[in-house]
Amino acid sequence: MTASRKLLLKIKNSLPGWRLIGGPFLFGFLLLLTPLFLMVALSLWTQNYLDLDRTITLNNYREIWSHPVYTFLIKRSVLISLSVTLITVLLAFPMAYFISFYGGKRKALWLFLITIPFWTSYLLRIFLWKIILGYNGVVNSGLQSLNLIEEPLSFILYNANAVVIALAHAWAPFAILPIFVALERVDRTMLEAAKDLGDNAIRRFIRVTLPLSMPGIISAALIVFIPTIGDYVTPRLVGGTDGLMVANMIQVQFAKANNAPLGAALAITSLMIVVIIALAFLFFNRRYLRRQV
Amino acid sequence: MSSPSSASPNQQGSVMVQLSSIRKSFDELEVVKGVDLQIGAGEFFSLLGPSGCGKTTLLRMIAGFEAPNEGHISIDGQAMDDVDANERPTNMVFQSYAIFPHLSVGENVAYGLKKQRLAKNVERQRVDEMLKMVDLEGLYSRPSYALSGGQRQRVALARALIMEPKVLLLDEPLSALDKKLREHMQQELRRLQRTLGITFILVTHDQEEALIMSDRIAVMFDGNIEQLGRPQEIYERPVSKRVASFIGVMNFIEGEYIGRKGKQLKVRADALGEVLLEQEQMPTEIEPGQVTIGLRPEMMTVLYHKSDKSEKEFNATVENVDYYGDMTYYTVTLPKSDDQVTISMRNTAGRHVYEIGDKVRIGWGSASMVILV
Amino acid sequence: MKSKAPIALFSFVVTYLIFLYAPIILLPLFAFNDSSIISFPLSGFTSKWFVGLWYEETMHRALKNSLIIAVVSSVISTIFGILTARALARHQYIGKKPIFGLIMAPLFLPEIIIGVSLLIVMIQIGLTLNIWTVIIGHVLIITPFSVSILAAAFNNMDRSLEEASLDLGETRFGTFRRVILPLVTPGIISSLLIGFTISLDEFVIAFFLTGIEPTLPVYIWAQLRFPSKLPGIMALGFILLVLSLVLLALFEFFRRRSEALTSGKPSSEHQ
Repeated sequence: MTASRKLLLKIKNSLPGWRLIGGPFLFGFLLLLTPLFLMVALSLWTQNYLDLDRTITLNNYREIWSHPVYTFLIKRSVLISLSVTLITVLLAFPMAYFISFYGGKRKALWLFLITIPFWTSYLLRIFLWKIILGYNGVVNSGLQSLNLIEEPLSFILYNANAVVIALAHAWAPFAILPIFVALERVDRTMLEAAKDLGDNAIRRFIRVTLPLSMPGIISAALIVFIPTIGDYVTPRLVGGTDGLMVANMIQVQFAKANNAPLGAALAITSLMIVVIIALAFLFFNRRYLRRQV
Repeated sequence: MSSPSSASPNQQGSVMVQLSSIRKSFDELEVVKGVDLQIGAGEFFSLLGPSGCGKTTLLRMIAGFEAPNEGHISIDGQAMDDVDANERPTNMVFQSYAIFPHLSVGENVAYGLKKQRLAKNVERQRVDEMLKMVDLEGLYSRPSYALSGGQRQRVALARALIMEPKVLLLDEPLSALDKKLREHMQQELRRLQRTLGITFILVTHDQEEALIMSDRIAVMFDGNIEQLGRPQEIYERPVSKRVASFIGVMNFIEGEYIGRKGKQLKVRADALGEVLLEQEQMPTEIEPGQVTIGLRPEMMTVLYHKSDKSEKEFNATVENVDYYGDMTYYTVTLPKSDDQVTISMRNTAGRHVYEIGDKVRIGWGSASMVILV
Repeated sequence: MKSKAPIALFSFVVTYLIFLYAPIILLPLFAFNDSSIISFPLSGFTSKWFVGLWYEETMHRALKNSLIIAVVSSVISTIFGILTARALARHQYIGKKPIFGLIMAPLFLPEIIIGVSLLIVMIQIGLTLNIWTVIIGHVLIITPFSVSILAAAFNNMDRSLEEASLDLGETRFGTFRRVILPLVTPGIISSLLIGFTISLDEFVIAFFLTGIEPTLPVYIWAQLRFPSKLPGIMALGFILLVLSLVLLALFEFFRRRSEALTSGKPSSEHQ
């Protein structure tokens, strides 16, 4: 069969599948891909007060990278996201380990218990963190009544620390679940074999459990890191001025500052940074991502 | 390698399924390469071969799930070219059984009857009768997820048979069952087929199964039928080395076909000397030259007593012994060669079981040999 | 060998759970608290904040908007999920992987990116923001979940079941009605429930794409700056929590049924 006939045959065979997937695909193409391209285009245009100047230029990007206002904000956003990822994953791992290795017959119940707090409105949860961490909040009232401190702590709210705490809470179940799934797949007989070969509990963990659960840890890290950079609500509610992140600035550009092209450029920049970091992360951990034995 | 273009005549009378020059490809790969076949009414017919030989594809084309790229299929005289699977007078027992999980046993069996809009009690009666026939009496309301593998298989059978098809197609129906159950079901299927008189077409890779159950077998390799015939024919007179080694165990001895001597064939092997064979012992007509001679293990025998005689004999040393309880397999080296053969002996009462290193006398006859290509 | 957890791990787990539950314990505390200020010490039990919700007209409108958006979004996403899952499980076609990637992409994009890019399109087209713009955004982020749930249902379903139905004389439509639909229905319900829940609580996209008619989360956001409104918001939050838990329990029930039905594994205890 000639090459063009082969292609025609492949197209003919693709028709039934295309008929089904056409709708969803078109929807995604028109309303996700195209808008994203438009956003890239917009970032290359300039806003002159009420007019949109459509000449292609990299000015918006130059503006971002030359003004400390933006670079500092981006740097802070990245740092916050990395901290949140690190803390969330570090805390999630022992929890997932506990459920997987000691949960017994009630594993599903434990998982259910983990997720209950997160069926409240996200907004309210972050707001409640404000109550907990506030000047007259739970933490301060509690510590004061226990006479552990005299003055209320002020460094726990309206700054980056509060953002990190609140986000580490919000992403907890999203980190616990993938790690749990990976730990479940660790063949217990491998651990028995390691024990048989002389390893004690700590060595078994480091040499067997940890490497085998790495894919889950990597998933958890990505699941937390990627969306966190773009978080709007948490910095706005508990970040004060020192904890604002890039998403807040993007929103400002689209609303008050009426500089949509700059906002778009900020969004694209953040997205690029996220993608680069995520890819780098995957690259450095690629040996854990090869197919499981 | 021969591909018979005319099927051996069947004694059943009329032809139920006719396949003419069937070819089928998937993308670039040709899976069925030109098959002609006639299956008689009331016959238990098996398509036998290794994985990938095209037997399942052939079955699915008869059922109507695949259409041949070339060639025609007709069932009971009616051409099936434009007939969809749901209109054909066939029914299939799938390899995975395909029991509907959301329906009970009774509802599964009655599934195909719904179109007939029978009165409730009539339908129920037919289902109960069928359940009884496949030994699932009383399980009408059992949910299908609560069935064992063997029970599911019988539900699949009942569901197909209640439709009173002209042809019942079975796609490796016993492969998922354990040995004892499989043997039992082999007998059951045979009995059912004889009772009902319906044409059965079975696809299997298990040659024992095909031998036990079938009236005729088509042995397939690589998209072609290599040999078609009754079980005994295929076992005793395989047309090729491939068929010979696929069915049962076969000893292969290298030799030479010298030529004709009258009506007989002169064959020579270093180990066995010169023998004269009958025409039928050469299933495929060939020119004189190097050949492989096939000899089944049970066609040779250990001569226990000095008084035991055989057409031909030779002395050998036992190299290996495999004891199976009812049978013992001895491996010996043939004289004047390096060829080894396996001989099987039934362990009848009092019969001695030899050990490695023992010297034995082996007897054999030329009538059981076959010339293979 | 089920041993007890080492004491260090167990105390960590307890502490961690306290951390996880900290915010939401506050919710019922302040929802029933007889004080218009959200702080300790507590003042006494009252249900007046719940009663007050009954009269909040703006909240009712926001709730109505959210409900409409949630229902429409989850239905559309579920339909997309069915089409996609079916295409994935039963067909091969050019571009299968990239198309799948496109449909699942919203899972990996920050919501603000999706919201902003849609906003740009709407502005460029000159479309005024309304319920439908929010629905579009929600469908984009919910569809990947629908696809996952329904793909599991379709993949579990034995391919031969459809062939068996045809073999027994049923038409294609009859097969869909009698075999496919019943087996996929629990998955459909799961998909609808999870889509509904996601849409109801979604804030960022709604915030960017809502016009004059706010959704419930957008409404809550606006209220958060008014201290007097806060206890009412606590009450609302509590109601939403209970509602979400009920939906979650339903989702779990249907998910298990879906799994049991489509895999139809033979039970080993029966002979």
